[in-house]
Amino acid sequence: MTVAQLIKSFTLWEFIQAHWLTLKYFFKPKATINYPYEKNPLSPRFRGEHALRRYPNGEERCIACKLCEAICPAQAITIEAEPREDGSRRTTRYDIDMTKCIYCGFCQEACPVDAIVEGPNLDYSTETREELLYDKAKLLANGDKWERAIAANLEADAPYR
Amino acid sequence: MTQFFQSLGMTYEWAWFVATIAGILLIALPLMLAVAMIIYVDRKIWAAMALRRGPNVVGPFGLLQSFADGLKVFLQETIIPAAANKGIFLIAPIITFTVALMAWAVIPFNAGAVLADINVGLLYILAISSLGVYGVVMSGWASNSKYPFFSAMRAAAQMISYEVSIGFILICVVLWAGTFNLNGIIEAQRGHGLGLVNGFAFNLLLFPMWVVFLISSLAETARAPFDLTEAESELVAGYQTEYSSMSFALFWLGEYANVLLMCALNAILFFGGWLPPLDWEPLYLIPGWIWFFAKIFLFFFIFSWVKATVPRFRYDQLMRLGWKVFLPLSLVFVVLVSGWLMFTRYGVPA
Repeated sequence: MTVAQLIKSFTLWEFIQAHWLTLKYFFKPKATINYPYEKNPLSPRFRGEHALRRYPNGEERCIACKLCEAICPAQAITIEAEPREDGSRRTTRYDIDMTKCIYCGFCQEACPVDAIVEGPNLDYSTETREELLYDKAKLLANGDKWERAIAANLEADAPYR
Repeated sequence: MTQFFQSLGMTYEWAWFVATIAGILLIALPLMLAVAMIIYVDRKIWAAMALRRGPNVVGPFGLLQSFADGLKVFLQETIIPAAANKGIFLIAPIITFTVALMAWAVIPFNAGAVLADINVGLLYILAISSLGVYGVVMSGWASNSKYPFFSAMRAAAQMISYEVSIGFILICVVLWAGTFNLNGIIEAQRGHGLGLVNGFAFNLLLFPMWVVFLISSLAETARAPFDLTEAESELVAGYQTEYSSMSFALFWLGEYANVLLMCALNAILFFGGWLPPLDWEPLYLIPGWIWFFAKIFLFFFIFSWVKATVPRFRYDQLMRLGWKVFLPLSLVFVVLVSGWLMFTRYGVPA
């Protein structure tokens, strides 16, 4: 050990430097956001909780083509369909197992009528597993709840599609 | 306080007894409150230095976080491992906590405001702080589990190593003050630096001893960077691994009470305790206990600051620092200080 090193170690020079650095950080503005009250900005392409959309007149968009069911790599989607009284083709069952879903967004890409979409909602954790097995009613309700945000996101992303 | 209870018509013995009990409660209860608040402060400082916010949800600015944690811990079940030695397992946290409170009996909060104004106050503190390791060792042994056991071994070795140099540092202070009484030591620091600054730390011979004492007190309370007894990367949580609910909380409280004690000792031995920082008349208008608490808080900030800055030492580095750096250094300073005092106070021996 040279004399210079000895002096450096006995004057705790490096410790003092380190403490000066942390003291500067102590007074810096904090990087953390207050999560439930503040949220990070999300991209319009963000793939969050699923929703089934409706047309403005209230008619559901989904025509039960089952493209989403076919493309789903995790096989999380289950659809059953039969003609409604008015003869139009609609789903009788549209289930998504959110515990299987990998949020790849393929269902949204496959959908010819923009019915199934992944909305901007990301905090929908539940206390039981069963609550994550979404049925058609839950998905339609999500669509009603998030329609404004979803429509705005689709519009923002439209020029790049 | 004894006179006050005597004036209520008690005999001297009863008045003394009641006054002592009242004094104990007057120290122990605010101390527990202080520990709860200081845990919050610790988390806040630590968080701020990592650019985080720290607890800020429970109560205004998260001030009630520690009480929420305490309530949670109260409501939990105490799990006793099947292979543990039940009696010792349950007594160990109680010992840690009790011993941490006991040392406060001799700490002077203001001129004359001390529960037991004994002449060997410093020796008493040294003895009590050595006792503290028994709780850790017993819990490590009684848990009957390998990580707590390693942790207990480490704790024992660590405490012994650093107590040696702390002992020599205290000798330097005692030599200069000429007394073991903590109030006497504080009085000896009045106007110590150039007749203006109060505190032994402003003495060129004692300043290095203060630095060594500060680092040793970090090691003595097993705070980062010397928290090898609970090094989570290798020992899970050290001696606390098998503990849950209240017994875990008692360790936690005891640990922080010890940290506060060490901060108080730093203030008393080197920064003039309840004396204001400058020996200047207007500053004496502020009551001594405010100065004392301000100094404790300052040292606690340093403790948290170090915790937020320095990574954990390796075990051999810890031992090397204790035995090969601090011990020779403090020994040299005992010789220097006693030699200096011999020349200046008592004259060169013939």
